[in-house]
Amino acid sequence: MPAERGRLSVRKTYKLYIGGDFPRSESGRSYPAVDGDGEVVARVARASRKDLREAVRAARSAFPGWSGKTPYNRGQVLYRVAELMEGRRAQFVEEVRRAGATDPEGGVDAAIDRWVWYAGWADKIHHILGTVNPVAAPYFNFTIPEPTGVVGIVAPPDAPLLGLVSRMAPAVISGNCAVVLASERWPLPAVTLAEVLATSDVPGGVVNILTGLTAELVPWLAGHMDVNAIDVTGVPEDQRPEVERLAAENVKRLVRAEDGETDWLGDRAQSPYTVTSFMEMKTVWHPMGA
Amino acid sequence: MAKVPAETHTKVPESPWSPQAAEAAMVRVTPVDAVGLEERAASLGTRSIKRESKLFALDLAVRCADLTTLEGADTPGKVTAVCSKAVRPDPTDSTIPSVAAVCVYPALVPVAAERLRGTGVKVASVAGGFPSGLAPLDERLDEIRQAVRWGADEIDIVLNRSAFLSGRYHQAFEEITRSKEACGTAHLKVILEIGELGSYDQVRKASMLAMAAGADFIKTSTGKIASSATHAGALCMMEAARDFHRQTGRAVGVKVAGGIRKAKEAWIYLVILHETLGPDWLTPDRFRFGASTLLNDLLMQIRKEREGRYQGPDYFTVD
Repeated sequence: MPAERGRLSVRKTYKLYIGGDFPRSESGRSYPAVDGDGEVVARVARASRKDLREAVRAARSAFPGWSGKTPYNRGQVLYRVAELMEGRRAQFVEEVRRAGATDPEGGVDAAIDRWVWYAGWADKIHHILGTVNPVAAPYFNFTIPEPTGVVGIVAPPDAPLLGLVSRMAPAVISGNCAVVLASERWPLPAVTLAEVLATSDVPGGVVNILTGLTAELVPWLAGHMDVNAIDVTGVPEDQRPEVERLAAENVKRLVRAEDGETDWLGDRAQSPYTVTSFMEMKTVWHPMGA
Repeated sequence: MAKVPAETHTKVPESPWSPQAAEAAMVRVTPVDAVGLEERAASLGTRSIKRESKLFALDLAVRCADLTTLEGADTPGKVTAVCSKAVRPDPTDSTIPSVAAVCVYPALVPVAAERLRGTGVKVASVAGGFPSGLAPLDERLDEIRQAVRWGADEIDIVLNRSAFLSGRYHQAFEEITRSKEACGTAHLKVILEIGELGSYDQVRKASMLAMAAGADFIKTSTGKIASSATHAGALCMMEAARDFHRQTGRAVGVKVAGGIRKAKEAWIYLVILHETLGPDWLTPDRFRFGASTLLNDLLMQIRKEREGRYQGPDYFTVD
């Protein structure tokens, strides 16, 4: 008989989030996620390029449905995500704390608030940025923002939740579908966010979250011909030239947070203009009649 | 039944089986071990294909493709576009081979024949009351003759499942024999529509019947019903073709069609083919894919292997 009746800890190996499912990496690989003290918190899947390919495929097939919803509907769906994040607040706080954050509560609250803030923009961005242009001919001339398509997001490595939300939320509210490479060093908040998304009303494939080695996956994401834009905020400085060269092949929109915007708790970290960096402006000429 | 004009009769290839013998033989066709068949098909589907073999398989799959358009809305313009794609699947890459054939409805055969003259790409036509095969026999035979006159090199007919499933094997056999006569020099492919046959025993029986009746190819599906080509179904037909070849010495080709959209699917079929019928069948003369959307995925995979980056459909011609 054991002297103490302690509980065995449940050891976790988290999986990827692709197309609304949680598959293991097809490669079977995983790597340990360690906390600030070097203790292994859990193991997470180490995505391969084939997992990335599947994620892009899932995002592409989710795009018509997601971008076809009314902006109001998208806003509602995303607001619900914030509600669920609120329900998991304690878990997020714990994970962010173990990632070495000085003010985990403040960071998680900011992330949830930011999500709500962007959800609110979903049905307003078109009115603010769409225009009726004066033209010297008998035409109505409109400019309308439209989502870019499939967007690759390399999450900032240092702010595993707030940084991720700050870059991902503005991309998806306008109707884009995202393939996200989570922070390599601190992947757990992204994994938990995937669990939140899976239980929300966000359709499968709209957001796909891969954990793994950033340097290994980024070239495949940047080179993928069916990805329309890439946010390189989380790409290490020395890998950026390669990423830009690869992204040029199909003229991907290349987005990065400017210096002031990476102060994640600062005023410039959230902006409607971040939404527009993942949108295309379409101008339509419509005959006016006599 | 109207008499078929004598001059259209051409010599049927020597078949060692008479129709009556065939009918009797149908009863004796060995049953299929369904569990073992599916197991084997599934295990062949897990083969890992290395890069060089993959490039070979992709290239072969393109050469074996029957680029197909069988819509009520087909126009001469669309068929012309399909023909251009058949000859030069990737306009930006001349190293990609032409496909084997273009498959259309009989009324569009003249358009395809005109466009494909001298290119080496064959014109295939569905005929014989496709896709049900239940038009009056004379009309079906006339349709075949007309398609051949207009320039079809290959004719895809359907097995009379109504006769086959009700046990009128002789009628089903006769109809294929007559169709073969009507084809003249054109190749005859017989579509079994395995999704409607109900069991692998029936698939094997139908394969044997069609081959004995003179089919040059046996084909899985029309692509017009929800259930189409499966790995196990194709394996069953290939095993029948292998056994028929051993028994009679006549090599019959196999065509898989319907629902094959991904390159990965395609090379699984090639693995099954190679393991069942051997390297002699790895040629467009003895193996075909019915393909429309498959071709672009093959092209994307070829370019991916060459350039080392994943491709998107925006950079390939729209069908």
